[in-house]
This record gives sequence, structure tokens and C-alpha cells, in this order.
Amino acid sequence: MSIQVENIHKQFGAFTALNQVSLDFPTGELVALLGPSGCGKTTLLRVIAGLETADSGRVILEGEDASGTHVRERQVGFVFQHYALFRHMTVFENVAFGLRVKPRRERPNEAEIKKRVHRLLELVQLDWLADRFPAQLSGGQRQRIALARALAVEPRVLLLDEPFGALDAQVRKELRRWLRRLHDELHVTSIFVTHDQEEALEVADRVVLMNKGKVEQVGTPQQVYEHPATPFVYGFLGAVNLFHGRVDGEHVRVGEAVLPHDGRDAAHGVDVVGFARPHELDIVTDLGSSQGVEATVARVLAFGASVRVELDAIAGAEGQPRHYEVVLGRERLAELALTEGQRVRLVPSQLRVFPREAA
Amino acid sequence: MRASSSADNGAGRAELATTDGRQQLRLSGDWTLPHYAALSGEVAALRAGLPPDLAVDVAQLGALDTAGAALLLHLLGQERLRSLLGGGSALPAERRALLQAVAQAVGERPEPLAEPRHSALGDVLEHVGITVGVFRRHLTDLLGFIGLTLEALFLTLLRPWRWRMTSLIANLEKTALDAVPIVALLTFLVGAVVAFLGATVLADFGASIFTVDLVAFSFLREFGVLLTAILVAGRTASAFTAQIGSMKANEEIDAIRVLGLNPIELLVLPRVFALLLALPMLTFIAMLSGIVGGMLVCALTLDISPVMFLSIFENDVGLRHFLVGLAKAPVFAFLIAVIGCMEGFKVSGSAQSVGEHTTSAVVQSIFVVILLDAVAALFCMEMGW
Repeated sequence: MSIQVENIHKQFGAFTALNQVSLDFPTGELVALLGPSGCGKTTLLRVIAGLETADSGRVILEGEDASGTHVRERQVGFVFQHYALFRHMTVFENVAFGLRVKPRRERPNEAEIKKRVHRLLELVQLDWLADRFPAQLSGGQRQRIALARALAVEPRVLLLDEPFGALDAQVRKELRRWLRRLHDELHVTSIFVTHDQEEALEVADRVVLMNKGKVEQVGTPQQVYEHPATPFVYGFLGAVNLFHGRVDGEHVRVGEAVLPHDGRDAAHGVDVVGFARPHELDIVTDLGSSQGVEATVARVLAFGASVRVELDAIAGAEGQPRHYEVVLGRERLAELALTEGQRVRLVPSQLRVFPREAA
Repeated sequence: MRASSSADNGAGRAELATTDGRQQLRLSGDWTLPHYAALSGEVAALRAGLPPDLAVDVAQLGALDTAGAALLLHLLGQERLRSLLGGGSALPAERRALLQAVAQAVGERPEPLAEPRHSALGDVLEHVGITVGVFRRHLTDLLGFIGLTLEALFLTLLRPWRWRMTSLIANLEKTALDAVPIVALLTFLVGAVVAFLGATVLADFGASIFTVDLVAFSFLREFGVLLTAILVAGRTASAFTAQIGSMKANEEIDAIRVLGLNPIELLVLPRVFALLLALPMLTFIAMLSGIVGGMLVCALTLDISPVMFLSIFENDVGLRHFLVGLAKAPVFAFLIAVIGCMEGFKVSGSAQSVGEHTTSAVVQSIFVVILLDAVAALFCMEMGW
């Protein structure tokens, strides 16, 4: 089922949780709502589910305006961050609950319920836990049961509110892969909320980036990572180095130093913020040229396939960041032979600039 | 965050000196956190009398940290500080950076407004106003929730297959059966106390025999139902709030709604029904047990034997007193259950919120019960029941 939201606005007292949000979720896709805490992503999810009503705007499910319909008519499956399993029921009863409480006309008979619950438990690979109580399960198992419960009523949409937020890193990673596989199997339109950029980029077909109640960018994980539309997206997706400077023809002038840039969105003489990812910076030991920003090597973290170098900025003009982070290949490190405290220059191979006000 | 840490220069000082007919502010010593109290006194004293064009001598300034910088800013104000930081300043670069950072941070946050002056009467009136507002909100909330409950009640009454018998029986056990010992014991003791009181006071008038009437009337009409309701309010209303509140905090209520169910029907109705059945039964037990308590005291101290007690009882006390007492029980039960459930639904997120609303539920339900009982007593008196 496709979902559209149009001009959704939601206010909590003086706080604007959602500011005229319009989005389109096509059928069968797994979409991630990504953003920092308090950006309105959970509120949007709850508005779509019908657990929260928007102050204005419409929610359209499969072409029909569902803004006024009750949550029970929207046929959504919802998975909560803290599982929200019924504690006094066994795993089996939890999953069967949604079926048992259906009106008599739609309710399957006992044998059918049993069959369906067991099929769902097999799907989440926890059939052997059917007689346990939620308190006897681990976090990851509970969340999978919660997912089975949400799927039991055959929802047209699956909504997941930070489903892996309360789990440890190892389990998260495993469940991420598992969720992706499950979605490929079921193809039910799914929206999941997360503040973990890695999770969103890894699992989703498309990513919606939100900040302060507004949508910053929508795109495939690759699009949003490689072509961030706004400084916020750049900063939010992965580590980043910042340079405050002013456009000077082909270059960006940062204090005394000069950096090449990608040439977009930058008229001559405009104050800009430049962004470069750690792997887009190169270290040059030749201090003579004016290319690149000066810094001192603080630490060289040489483990893993690539090497991370942390550098301190030379105390300079206000507003400049104090630290830089560079990722190098091992060969490059051997060539440079860096020592801690050494003065070097940082030259970005790619520098994306945004006008200062936008940042 | 110390910009400079030379040797100890002694406590910071600010002095106003006049040289060449111009006033000059001389800053010396360490402007750091350990000297904050002394410095802030000095700053407050000096601050008012500073001329607008003031020269500042910082040559003898020792260490400086953010606390000192904030004080300096407070002393000089943004304008003068800016000129101090401006061209040709004697301050080293890192000092200037620190002062600038502090000035900027303080500048972004406007000075707090001066505390409005309070008058005692104004405060009292304000507090009364706020309290009345809160009371009004509670009242509208309660009426709204009663409406929701009644709506769900009528919709469910017509569909017996949606009655949740298991939940009802479980709640009945918890609210009625489990409360019998405490209710019986408590009312027994109060019955004994009332009889003692009656015996002592009435003996002076030679009317000890009327102790029987005292115990019978008070327990049938008032104490039986009131004591039970108060106990149940403390015991059951709080339990309802805690149960529903923890479900709310755990997002289970949302889960129920997403599964297409009405949480009022699922959680509130069984509890309301259970209490509607439980409270009259408990009230009956309370009446019996209070009267037995009174009877025991009569037998032991007044030599009124149980047989005599019962025959006086039968002669003097009409059935209507029992009915007046018992008729109040379902009303109290409904209100206690509704208040307990409503506070549960008001819980938001944290465990602390569960505690707050549990307290609120108990206070509200006891208040409502006693208020209603007083009104009912007046009404019955006027009606001659």
C-alpha cells in the first residue's frame, strides 16, 4: 500500500514537531526516517499510524484520505522501541492476540490461529519459544516477537519506531540484516524510524533525512551519502571536516590558506562552509606551498585496513574547528612517515561548499 | 578553562583610581573561581559608579578563568569590554579570545528579567487561582473520562460476546476477595472504638443502652460504606493507576490501539465492573464486622449480652438505614475505579510519572468519596430517610 502525507503540521505547545511535511512512500519499499532526537520522526510515524492526530495536513493511504479514520481501520502494524509485549501472556498468546480479538466474522478459528501463529514464529525464527513469557526472552528475541505480533493481523503497512534502539551493537547488526531479508520476503510497505545513520543506510531502499520538523533530503542511501543536499545532511551522515572560509575565484580562502573546491553554489566573495570527509583529505608534509590548511598531527591510529590520523588545528581565527580527522591508506602513511606533533598541511581532494547562512 | 596560569598572584581586586584627572580602573590579582565570592562583592559595589569613558589597566591582572571573565563582563558591560578588547589592547591574544567567548555566550542569553516584586496577598491570590485552574482541569478530565467509559459501557453491554469475563473475575478476586481481611479487621476495630466512646459518654446520662443504636446507625448508614470506600480507594485506585500507568509507559496501550482495540473497553470496563460488584459486598462485610466489634465491647464492658444487643437492634433499627448505606457503595465504586483508571492513562513515559499519578489517584478518589458522602448525608437528612 502506498502512503502519502501532505503538509502535516504538528505542534506541542510552543514546540513545532512537524513543520509542513509532505512525503511519498511508494508501495513495497522500506523507507528509513533518519534524524537526530527530537526532529519529529517518531511523531510523523505516530501520525501515519493514527496514534497521534496532526494539527493540519492529510495522511493518504492507498489514494484514500485516512486523516479522519481511526487507528483500527488503518490496518497498520506497529513495532515499538521497547517492544510493548503483553507481559502476562506467553509468546504464542502475544502473537495470537491480534487475531483472537477480531470481530467474530473476521476471526479465524482456533486451528487456523494456531497455524498462522506458528508460521509467523517460524518466520522470525523463534518457534521454539512459543510457551515462554516475554520476561524470559532476550531483547533481540522480544523485538522479533513484537514484529511477529505486528505482522499477525496482516497489516497493509509496517511501521517500526526505532526497533533496534534498545539493543546492543552486535544484536543490532544481526537484526538489521534479518529485517532486510524479511522485507525482501514479504514486500509490505515499511517505514522505520532511526537515529543511527549506519542502520538507515544499510537497511533502507530510501532514506528520508529530517531535522527540526522538516525534511532535509529524500533519496537512496547512495544518493544521500554521496550528494548531501544540505550542510545538515553532510554533517549527520558520517564523520566530516569543516572549513570556514570565503570564496576567492577558483579557491576557498581559509585564513591564510587556499583550498580548491567543487565550484558549485559559490559566487565570488561569499562566506562559505566547506565540508570534506576524512578520506577526502590528503596530508602534505611540504609546508612551503599555500595550498591546504596547516595542522599538527595529534595521534596516528594505525589499526585496521586504513589509518586514522587525528590532527589539531593551529590556533587561528575564531570559528575554525579545533580538530581534523583524516583517513589514509597504509602505503600513504608509510610514505609520509608522520610523527606526533609534526606540522603538516591538509589538502582536500574534494571540498563541498555551502553558503555560510545555510549552515 | 584557565587562559593563563602563572604563579599565585593573590586574590583578584578591582580598584578605581584617579590619575591625571581621569578615572582609571585597575585590575589586579587572580580573577578565578576560588576568589569568586570576594570578587563578586567588589564588582557589585563598583559597578554602579563607573563613568562611561573608563580606562582599564590590566597590567597586573593575574590568572583569569571563565568565572573571572564573566565577572569582568558583568563589571564592565558589553560596550566597555568591546573597547577593551579592541585595537591596541594590552591583553594577550588568548585572554582576548576567552573574554570574547564569554561575552558572546552571555550575549546570546539575554539578561534574566528582574524578579517581579511579590506581595503576600498577590502570591496567595495567584496560588488560589492556579489551584482553582488545576481543580477545574481535573473536573473536566474526570467528566470527559466518565463519558468515554459510559460510551464504551453501553456499546459493550449490547454485545455480550465482547464481555471480558476472565479479566473481570481476576479483577474481582484482587479487589474483593483479597481485601476482605483488611476491611473486616479495620471495621471491627472501629466498631469497638465507637462502642467504647458511646459507653463512656452515654454512661453519664445513664443511657448506656443506646450504645447499641449508636453502633448500628453509624455503621449501617455511614461508617460501613465510607471506611470501605476509603480503604478501597487507597488499595485499589492506586493499583489500577499503577497497572494501567506502567502499561502506558511501556507503550502497551499504543500496541492495543494499533491492534484495533479500544483500551477503555479492554482495560477500564473490567475494572469498573469488578469494583462495582466488589464494593457493595465489601460494604456488607464491613457493616457486619463493625457491628460485631461493637457487640463484643457491649458484652464485655456494658453487660449487654449479644442476644440483648440483637433484640434491641431488631426493634430500633429499620431496614432503610441499611439500604441508605448500601446504595452509596456502587456510586463510590464507579468513581474510585474511573479515577484510578483515568490517572493511569495520564501517565507519560517515566516511572516517576507512574508514582505521581498513583498518589494523585488516591488523593482524588478519597476526596471525592468523602465529599459525596457528606452531600449524601445532608440529602438523606433533609429527605428524612
